[in-house]
Amino acid sequence: MPFPRLPDLPSLPRRPEDLVPQRINRAPSPLVASGLPWVSVMLASLAVYSPVIASAPVVPPLAFMVFLAWRMLRPSLLPLWAGLPLGAFDDLYSGQPFGSGIVLWSAAMLVMDTVDNRLLWRSFVADWAVASLLMTGYLVLSAGIAGLAAAYPLPLVIGPQLLVTLALYPLVTRAVALLDRVRLLPLRTV
Amino acid sequence: MARSPDRRPGFSRRAQYGIFTGYVIAVAGFLAGAGLLIVSIVNPQAFSSVRGAASEIARPAGEAGAETRAAGQSVIAAIGAYFQAGRQNAALSREVAAARANALTMQALEGENRRLKALLGIVDPQMKPITAARLIGSTAASARRFAVLSAGTSQGVRPGQPVRSAAGLIGRVIEAGPGTARVLLVTDPENVVPVRRVRDGLPAFVEGKSDGRIAIRLLNMGNNPLKRGDVFATSGSGGLYPPGIPVAVVTEVLHDGGVGHLASDPAEADFVVVLPVFQAPAVEALGASQQAAGPAPEASEGGGGN
Repeated sequence: MPFPRLPDLPSLPRRPEDLVPQRINRAPSPLVASGLPWVSVMLASLAVYSPVIASAPVVPPLAFMVFLAWRMLRPSLLPLWAGLPLGAFDDLYSGQPFGSGIVLWSAAMLVMDTVDNRLLWRSFVADWAVASLLMTGYLVLSAGIAGLAAAYPLPLVIGPQLLVTLALYPLVTRAVALLDRVRLLPLRTV
Repeated sequence: MARSPDRRPGFSRRAQYGIFTGYVIAVAGFLAGAGLLIVSIVNPQAFSSVRGAASEIARPAGEAGAETRAAGQSVIAAIGAYFQAGRQNAALSREVAAARANALTMQALEGENRRLKALLGIVDPQMKPITAARLIGSTAASARRFAVLSAGTSQGVRPGQPVRSAAGLIGRVIEAGPGTARVLLVTDPENVVPVRRVRDGLPAFVEGKSDGRIAIRLLNMGNNPLKRGDVFATSGSGGLYPPGIPVAVVTEVLHDGGVGHLASDPAEADFVVVLPVFQAPAVEALGASQQAAGPAPEASEGGGGN
């Protein structure tokens, strides 16, 4: 059998909506529609099982970024208390003392609620600025809590990690926006 | 873009109560998290069983990642070797010739060492490694430095055992589950390793700096005898780490010590070996006496003045 030429291969559709050809008499699956945010944040928590064994904190806190991006994109999709279970799950894998994720993620949800009440108009730049403040606070407090647990003064090693995190946030929001379109694919026949 | 108006419940009592309950649970979650945090800072081992179960579940993903790491490194190494084949060949031939001479000297020294130890009546404990495993994950986003090992209590891994790679010391096991274990890397600030300079036995200890480097502190104060390129290996003091495992290479000399790089980068280690505790009875006796003595007495404010 000859090697298939590139045009013969089935190509991925350009839009996720094209994955489902038929749209009439179909509705989004409730399981995917409400479960995908939770699953995506938990999968991002598992990113520590990556091929990279780091001897310094260099990888951005992906799970917290995905969590924040979902909260910014769809403010009422994750309930206000979502920081409790998702933060606890992240604590199991992040290496932080257990409880730091629960505290910081819950606090982030409460802060986002206040921000939503204050900022009447949202834009890309405003979202990025708010997320930058939240992520900076998260990283500094995480390092502080880790330093407290190791009985060692706050190590100022999070500088590079912080810059990568701030720069990467728009990309994470794009990925989450794509997931949001996948979330509402009409998979269920009515 | 205006914010979405879906948080206004209108006159529905049910929706109002729902939002109120959400706030209550969120604040309660924050407070519960704070309580758990205090518990886990006071007693770091409190949630080890939950963490162990969690890493058991994620173990297949980690092992796949470790395979990818080995494969990816060998691809890059192969491409690099293609470009440097000639030069590398010449350098390696020179190195092999030198190493062969060194090996003969080493054999002679080892024999002499054995004879002298027999004369003195020193018996070295059996150092049979417990198991070989892969590092399948690390806390890459946190300021603490842990790695997850793909072997656990079913392979005989216990907390306290040292972990090394071919090139040098990696860390020690602090929590062990049935099939995975958590390793405190040498770069974590909590990990303090007694070492000595390989050249002349100068005693020191190293402490992680959490940024991939380690601080080398000397026991004897005075003028700093460190030089760049000095190699430090474990000394065996404390009874935990067996002597002679390379730990650090000095890269920067400070006025009261130095900063070093790891002898063995955990990212490059394909397989690591778990070793038994070097002097288990000594470590147990030390722990027992520390427990019996209680916490160290605090310096009283009135008595310490001079």
